Amino acid sequence: MAYSSILDWIDFFKDPMDSPYYPFDTYNLAYDIGFKLHEIIGGTIAWLINLLFPGNGVSEWLMCDYVSAIMALLIFMILIFLVAFVSVLIVLWLERKLLGRMMDRRGTMIGMKGFLQCVADGLKTFMKENTIPKKVDKMTYIWCVSLIVGLSVLVACMVPLSSRWYVVDYQTGLLIIMAFFALAPFLILVSGWAQNNKYSLIGGMRAAELMISYEVPMLILICTAALAAGSFNIGDIVYYQNDHLWFFIPQILGFIVFFFCATAEAERVPFDIAEAEAELVEGWQTEYAGMKWGLIMLADYLRGTVSCGMVVILYLGGWTLPFIGDGPIPEIVFLLKAYFVFFLMVLLRAAMARVRTDQILNIGWKVFMPLSVINLAIVIVLKVGGLI
Amino acid sequence: MDGEVLQAPSVDEIVAQLKAHCPCVEVTKTEERRVYAKVPAENNFKVCQFIHDNLTFEHCSTVIGVDYIDHLTVVYHLTNYYTGVMIELSADVDSENPHIQSVTPIWEGANWHEREQWELFGIVFDNHPRLERLLTPKTYEFFPFRKSYKLRGWE
Amino acid sequence: MADSIVPVKEIEEKMDTDKMWVIMGPQHPFSHGLWTLKVQLDGEFVTDADPIVGYLHRGWEKETENRTYPKIIPMADRLCYAASMTYTHLYCMTVEKALGIDIPEKAKYIRIVADEVCRIQSHLMWLAAVGTDMGNLTVFLWCMREREFFLDLNVKLTGARMTTNYPRIGGVRNDTTELFDRDILRTVDRFEKALWDIIALIDDSSIFVSRMKGISYLSREQVANMGLTGPAMRGCGVDFDIRRDDPYDNYDKIDFEVPVLTEGDSYARYMIRVEEMFQSVEIIRQAVAKVKAIGKNAPYRMKVPSKVPKGTAFMRMEDPRGESLMYLVSDGTDKPWRLKVRSPIFTNVSTSKAMCMGCRIADVPAILAQIDMCLGETDR
Repeated sequence: MAYSSILDWIDFFKDPMDSPYYPFDTYNLAYDIGFKLHEIIGGTIAWLINLLFPGNGVSEWLMCDYVSAIMALLIFMILIFLVAFVSVLIVLWLERKLLGRMMDRRGTMIGMKGFLQCVADGLKTFMKENTIPKKVDKMTYIWCVSLIVGLSVLVACMVPLSSRWYVVDYQTGLLIIMAFFALAPFLILVSGWAQNNKYSLIGGMRAAELMISYEVPMLILICTAALAAGSFNIGDIVYYQNDHLWFFIPQILGFIVFFFCATAEAERVPFDIAEAEAELVEGWQTEYAGMKWGLIMLADYLRGTVSCGMVVILYLGGWTLPFIGDGPIPEIVFLLKAYFVFFLMVLLRAAMARVRTDQILNIGWKVFMPLSVINLAIVIVLKVGGLI
Repeated sequence: MDGEVLQAPSVDEIVAQLKAHCPCVEVTKTEERRVYAKVPAENNFKVCQFIHDNLTFEHCSTVIGVDYIDHLTVVYHLTNYYTGVMIELSADVDSENPHIQSVTPIWEGANWHEREQWELFGIVFDNHPRLERLLTPKTYEFFPFRKSYKLRGWE
Repeated sequence: MADSIVPVKEIEEKMDTDKMWVIMGPQHPFSHGLWTLKVQLDGEFVTDADPIVGYLHRGWEKETENRTYPKIIPMADRLCYAASMTYTHLYCMTVEKALGIDIPEKAKYIRIVADEVCRIQSHLMWLAAVGTDMGNLTVFLWCMREREFFLDLNVKLTGARMTTNYPRIGGVRNDTTELFDRDILRTVDRFEKALWDIIALIDDSSIFVSRMKGISYLSREQVANMGLTGPAMRGCGVDFDIRRDDPYDNYDKIDFEVPVLTEGDSYARYMIRVEEMFQSVEIIRQAVAKVKAIGKNAPYRMKVPSKVPKGTAFMRMEDPRGESLMYLVSDGTDKPWRLKVRSPIFTNVSTSKAMCMGCRIADVPAILAQIDMCLGETDR
């Protein structure tokens, strides 16, 4: 009975990029962590099995390149989702604490400076009875909430935190994120119909109304940024800003308009007309109870985080810092920048009232639209003049 | 109704005007900024119209029903916004078959007060645009504020 | 295709839209209390409205016929949780009028102080509601914080926060407590500064202003005819305040201004209430000085007979929400024969159709916030 050392099974210095099944073109930190975790956990299990049944095939199969790649991908997915999820919880906590400070109250107080309130809320909504009203269109009703939550999670996971923390590195990454991002209002409209409730119906209609008012200037601004950087690839845009100038300096107009559009995209005050609780109870979410409502709330904040992330990517230089570039932990830099943008959104929420539907249409088409076109013109002039 | 229009009549002027144009009105008492008067129920609407048009009493504060067992009384409190003078008009109506002309065509604000007095006392306001129960359930068939409806603890 | 473009008017004629009844209430975030507003919507526009009240009807007026006069005082507190002091005051004044007595000077001034404290805290509650109805929670919490100081004053004076049970027939229950005048002056000084903060938050924000300006116009004649009273009426150009034009207690000996605006829109009604709070502060300052000048040992309450002579009496006063009136019929016993309350909101809410017509549904909460609903007094 030959004793095999554990080090026969675990190789800490194995480079995942050497593997023939490596799924990315460039180095990916999350995949690397997943790969190393599989090395440690899988390697230990393989070694234990080999101790009991020496010379079996399972151990070797566990540690072969093929299985390693699949297991690493699985852990990679969980990791990406966990990071997105935790950053959303931090956003939630930030909003509560900051709003509390601005309103002269304490905000949440449960555990870890109130952070555990998110956990408590999650548990509470999870334990609520899952009621479904009798007269709703059940299929649409349930699928809408699943799709809204799913799309939001998808988009939140697709936002790259740095050049080494990404899911896919498309040439058109920006467009794909925005496309998935803009899908949710359609589902809100559909779910407004499905719920068989007048408040939901009006809320769903308002979501559509809101979308037609901010979507066009927003897309113009995204194209402007892509034009200035010469690419739709998020990494290219970020590094172009790092090499030249953060876009919010030449495109200050665009930054302001995009910030408001992002607020509208996340359906936050002052643009939360789809769920205006003063007149529409809870708007399009009126008939969702228990965990469904909790998930919708989570999706809302996921979308809020993503819109903050988009502002950071397009105008605040993404994960880079001036004179330093990437730095040792660009992911944290990116998140801190996103939280700063979110802080601005919280300020807006604390100071503003809800706008009316006709007012948001007016703002969208008579203010944001011309400003974004002017911004585009400025960028073209600067680009032709070779200034940026 | 014709006659001169007084925008801010004093108490004396009101009494004189009422005497001159509405002989049926009996002024019982006057105080500072207050005129108390009695009016027959059948002339009520005409007197109110006169008070509104010629004495500029733009506001009807309340319409009150009182159950005196042998008869019911409808009390109107009317306000002039220029001087703060109030007129209290009371009109007695029969307790068996109480009918009185509604003043809602004159003062829109009397609408709900008359509805309330109808549902609580059963005083029918003729020509009222919508005499329905307001505070009590629609199924009630009695008039709870009449003295014939006994509260607990009453002998 | 260019020839398919039809004039807008023709499209409107062709479009066959259904009108929709939306029932807002009785449990709805905008209805501050239990009442229902049925609104008929054409798209987002309100084409008809029908308020429904009565969920809280307790038969207050009938219940009083079962009780002796002093026992009605705590009941009068429960008419409106935000304006309990004014209703108790009104009830005591009505009985005093029926008795034909004149209460001590000091009691009159203490009542004025208590009334104005009540007015400020009631208006602050309204301002808080305006904040939430427009989707801003900061205004709500700031106003509630300020209101707490005035509730503390209530505690200092009467021992209770909201249902104070303080005025008595023939005076007030107790003299001002020690250091009350110092505390109240400090509170109002502080409040004036804090109110400017809240005003800055609302008036400097174009969103707030655009949500209120030019919405729900009512003319002076309409308002007078519909019986809308209180700050909402003065915002529409009716220059009438019972405190000034029909003074009760000692309001005629106090110098204050009545704010009146002729714009007649939602914003004017908002401005009137805010200005009234500043005026209340002025009144408090003067009345506290008067109380102090009268001296410590002056009488503040007098003995009154328990039986009220046969006859009728009525008094009216300027409640925070409008004109409230009590009409007392006594039969010579120690219990009233009939006591009628004219609540301002009862009439004000009946005008909600005229206020909401032609507005958008998003404006309905913002408009109806201006009448400051309180259901206890509406349904009685």
